[in-house]
Amino acid sequence: MDFELMINSFPKLLNAAVITLKLLSVSLIVGLFIGFLFAILRLNKNIFINRFAYGYSYVFRGTPLLVQIFIIYFGLGQIEYLRSTFLWVILKEPYWCAIIAFALNTGAYTSEILRSAFQTIKPGIIEAGQSLGISSKIIFYKIQIPIAIRQSLPAYGNEIILMMKGTSLASTVTLMDLTGVAKYIISTTFKPIEVFIVAGGIYLFMTFIIHNVIKFLEKKYSFN
Amino acid sequence: MELLAFGDTGWGDELFRATLMTIAVSITAMIIGFSFAAIFTPLKLSKLKSLNLIANTYTTIIRGVPELLVIYLFFFGGSGAIMFVASMFGYNEYIEINAFITGSFAIGIISGAYSTEVFRGAIQSIDKGQFEAAKVLGFSKFKQFYKIILPQMLRLAIPNLSNVWQITLKDTSLISVTGLVEIMRQSYIAAGSTRDPLFFYSFAAVLYLLLTFLSMKLINKLEVKYSRGY
Repeated sequence: MDFELMINSFPKLLNAAVITLKLLSVSLIVGLFIGFLFAILRLNKNIFINRFAYGYSYVFRGTPLLVQIFIIYFGLGQIEYLRSTFLWVILKEPYWCAIIAFALNTGAYTSEILRSAFQTIKPGIIEAGQSLGISSKIIFYKIQIPIAIRQSLPAYGNEIILMMKGTSLASTVTLMDLTGVAKYIISTTFKPIEVFIVAGGIYLFMTFIIHNVIKFLEKKYSFN
Repeated sequence: MELLAFGDTGWGDELFRATLMTIAVSITAMIIGFSFAAIFTPLKLSKLKSLNLIANTYTTIIRGVPELLVIYLFFFGGSGAIMFVASMFGYNEYIEINAFITGSFAIGIISGAYSTEVFRGAIQSIDKGQFEAAKVLGFSKFKQFYKIILPQMLRLAIPNLSNVWQITLKDTSLISVTGLVEIMRQSYIAAGSTRDPLFFYSFAAVLYLLLTFLSMKLINKLEVKYSRGY
């Protein structure tokens, strides 16, 4: 065991963890919007809209995240037309490509989580709202959405942790996130176990925090 | 389309072989995962706190640390660890383990943590009366498990195991960083030499979708088979 290496690499890895957290938070926020949008589209009665939303979540859940990042980072740059538009400013940056891929990926999972939460709301609750003469818009915003959010908290907590692990793939498109820096230190020192313990420890600590925050929220917003 | 031709002119046969490699790695990893689950599930269900702790440490670490980091650990540390063990037996030559074994082991350990949770959940949701009835009827321990608990456990575990399979299948794409030529690595090579990454990565996505789609069909059949009588 090389404890000196462990102590020396700790600040470097901690700095890299900040990038991991940035990637995670931005993609979660964007992903949540996408997830909400597609969950609502999934509940639409129009079969084309419905199928489109299903297709989106099927494709993004059925393929590895690595493929999605590579298509966006290496693939889209190949289209001449895109290079001439303002989108190129975003798409030439690995940081934004990674975020787009993560957001689309977590959006697909989030839409599934929210859809099932919407579908498990008891019809009696909506009927009660209707019989009280509340407009369907307000029923949706004030009754359905809060219940759906509460219902989906445990599953969404899992999704946050999965996404945090997913951000490690940013290191494959040259970003120096926690895994990227860990790999760099491993390949220069050839001490994989020591670096794995430190980097893994930081990841586990973040998982632990996320897990407990979600648990706290679950308790705070529980029905009883 | 000529990019996908079989033979020397296209990448069809290479990608086909790569797809077989992905399937082979996934199945090997799944089997390694099952053997890990076979060890850790009893530990999780044990009444001894210390045994629980061992199993919980395993599943917590695997579920909290990115797959890629685990793969790097095996990729850079695998041959070192084997050589260390070999040196204790007096063998000091350089040993290189091939990418297939390292990769399947790394993915297998990850998939094993998920399988452990699935089996634990399945056994816990079997009715207690089943265990008691088996005991009362005088079955041996082995028969109790093999004839009574296992079939019921499989029925409950299959839907969740199909999730584990999907995760494992998608995780194999990460082994491409170690140079094993599976779908992702082959697409990377093809994209590099034809300068057409959009086409090859999209094709890789189609291959993965096809694999997940077909395996779901197969698993659904198994599910029907194991839920006979329910």
